[in-house]
Amino acid sequence: MLMFRTWKLGIKSLLLHPMRSALTVLGIFIGVASVIWLLAIGEGISQEAQRQIEDLGAENIIIRSIQPPDESGGNFRQITAFGVKRAEAEMIARTISTVKQVVQIREIPQKFAYTGNANVKPIDGRLVGCLPEYKDVTRLEVARGHFLTFKECDSKASVCVIAAKLADRLFPSEDPLNKQIFLPEKKEYYKIVGVLQPKNATAAIGGSLAAQDFSLDIYIPITTMRLRMGDNETKQTGGSFSVKSFELSQITVQVSNVNDVPRTAKLVESTLKSRTDVERQDIAVVVPYELLEQARTTRMMFMLFMGLIAAISLIVGGIGIMNIMLATVTERTREIGIRRALGGKRSDITQQFLVETVSLSVVGGLTGILGGLLCPVIVSTTKDIVETVWPNFYNDLPEVAKVMSPVIVPLSIPLAFFISVAVGVLFGLYPAIRAAQMDPIEALRHE
Amino acid sequence: MNAAAPKMAAVIRDLQKHYVLKSETVRALRGVSFDVPEGDYVAIMGPSGSGKSTLLNLLGCLDRPTSGSFLLGNDDVARMTDDQLSGIRASRIGFVFQSYNLIPQLSVVENIEVPLYYMGKLTAQSRQRSTMLAGMVGLGDRLNHRPTQLSGGQQQRVAIARSLVNDPYFILADEATGNLDSVTTDEILALFQRLNDEGRTIIMVTHEDDVSEHAKRVIRLKDGMVVVDEPIKNRRTFSAEKIQSISENAQIKEKVEVP
Repeated sequence: MLMFRTWKLGIKSLLLHPMRSALTVLGIFIGVASVIWLLAIGEGISQEAQRQIEDLGAENIIIRSIQPPDESGGNFRQITAFGVKRAEAEMIARTISTVKQVVQIREIPQKFAYTGNANVKPIDGRLVGCLPEYKDVTRLEVARGHFLTFKECDSKASVCVIAAKLADRLFPSEDPLNKQIFLPEKKEYYKIVGVLQPKNATAAIGGSLAAQDFSLDIYIPITTMRLRMGDNETKQTGGSFSVKSFELSQITVQVSNVNDVPRTAKLVESTLKSRTDVERQDIAVVVPYELLEQARTTRMMFMLFMGLIAAISLIVGGIGIMNIMLATVTERTREIGIRRALGGKRSDITQQFLVETVSLSVVGGLTGILGGLLCPVIVSTTKDIVETVWPNFYNDLPEVAKVMSPVIVPLSIPLAFFISVAVGVLFGLYPAIRAAQMDPIEALRHE
Repeated sequence: MNAAAPKMAAVIRDLQKHYVLKSETVRALRGVSFDVPEGDYVAIMGPSGSGKSTLLNLLGCLDRPTSGSFLLGNDDVARMTDDQLSGIRASRIGFVFQSYNLIPQLSVVENIEVPLYYMGKLTAQSRQRSTMLAGMVGLGDRLNHRPTQLSGGQQQRVAIARSLVNDPYFILADEATGNLDSVTTDEILALFQRLNDEGRTIIMVTHEDDVSEHAKRVIRLKDGMVVVDEPIKNRRTFSAEKIQSISENAQIKEKVEVP
């Protein structure tokens, strides 16, 4: 009953200055909403990063070939093969017992064209030579037709599977299945036997593995690729030719048990490095499993950082409360005097003003939580609007900003509420104590 | 202390109050002694600088004396802690101020209840009592009005109702009519007289002879000491009809007491 009276009185006093109270509440609102927003966006981004890493496959070890910097100098260029070799891939598969399979791929940048439609210009994409296992290891989903088969690979057939986006561009108004794709640089035709589902890009991992965008890929049997194109890739830039020689672009080592991944990774690395030289520069070993572990710790750092920013905005809100309450206390000196004369103890006065600050911060906290919960909706609507109104700007956004959707961290709601109350108490305490310390005689005389 | 026949509302003995201002010590009260028997109606007078305000603050338990004793009932208020003094103010003293000092965000009846609130005695009955007191001062129809919606005289009547709500040892009125015109002053003084006739003890601080002459006794201070303490010879009183007509309280009081 008494408590109820105190609260009622506090709210009545606050409503005497609705504008002032509303602005103070706004400060806390922004603080609390930003706690929830920043945590939700942080969580969204880190979940997206984690998903991208998981897409690489936690049970996989990826070995990429890297073209070493040209050291020969001068005009004469010796063509040396670099990168991971077919023999090495086979050796890993045969000698390391924890390995389930080794999937070899060879990729080259290539132009793709469709001669059946004159309006479609050749498109820059990536030609990937692979085997049927590649589909499972890379988690590709077939939308129509089928992925490359063993039979097609064994017979070195001129068939291909096309990624969704590339299919849309090359065949805007036709069914791509069974059409012939033309490679203008190689003067070759491949028949489309399957169309893939759209797939998001994987994570970019340090300098060793750029984000893999699968959207403009065409997959052909690696056997066919070897037969038709060999190991050398000739590129004409300006007037000069350059030749790259490599057997494979990447091998993906699939480990039977995820727990064996770190151990197997070490074995794979030592196998590859001891064969030629220890400081091998032409390969990079990427272990998504380790990246996943790293991503988890990065996530904690990220959350802490976001929390820090939110905390600053809450402190600003708290200072707003303190400022207003100090003004209020001065303004209500007379009232404090009256209350003291009529028997109010110092603690009663403290309590009265604390109730007011806590009311302000609780209202700010609750509305802030509502504002915070709207985060996913607002972010996705904003993205849609930006995408339609400023498509160029949208395309320039980093991939993660496009794909990311905020995930409300459940804990952030009680946390935000608790913090808002704490801010109210903390920043209200000083003005309240100042009010209580006033001399009642002085306060009564105050005009 | 001799156990005389009249019970004492307040006993003041050799009260001294010194203020230290920089290097000087100001002796505002230099040993004030007097008794206030229950049912008395005292006017405290004196020029400015006489220690009137200091005495008022001590009587109101808003301040503690440097030395001497102030017995309120059986308790010596002079040695109490701040919180104890708050308790005493809430339960034993009824304040009436010159500038009414109502709390603007509270209604009439809520203002009357404030001392009870601080005593922790807010109940359904106490609400009834506050309502009754509002009726008694002639504001039974304005229970939910805010102070700003009332005239000065009406505000002062609310303050008087508030001073009665805790059934105090005495009402301490500080220039209670200072802000009011002569008609309203008469209203308030008639109300005081009626309360005194009903047995309430009233201590009134004033500098107007017109006002002090309504009391039964006058104490004059000068330079921090009592120079005069005598009954008022030609006390001015209101006739019973006057009291009746001014506050119109009889009917209102009955109306309120029925439920």
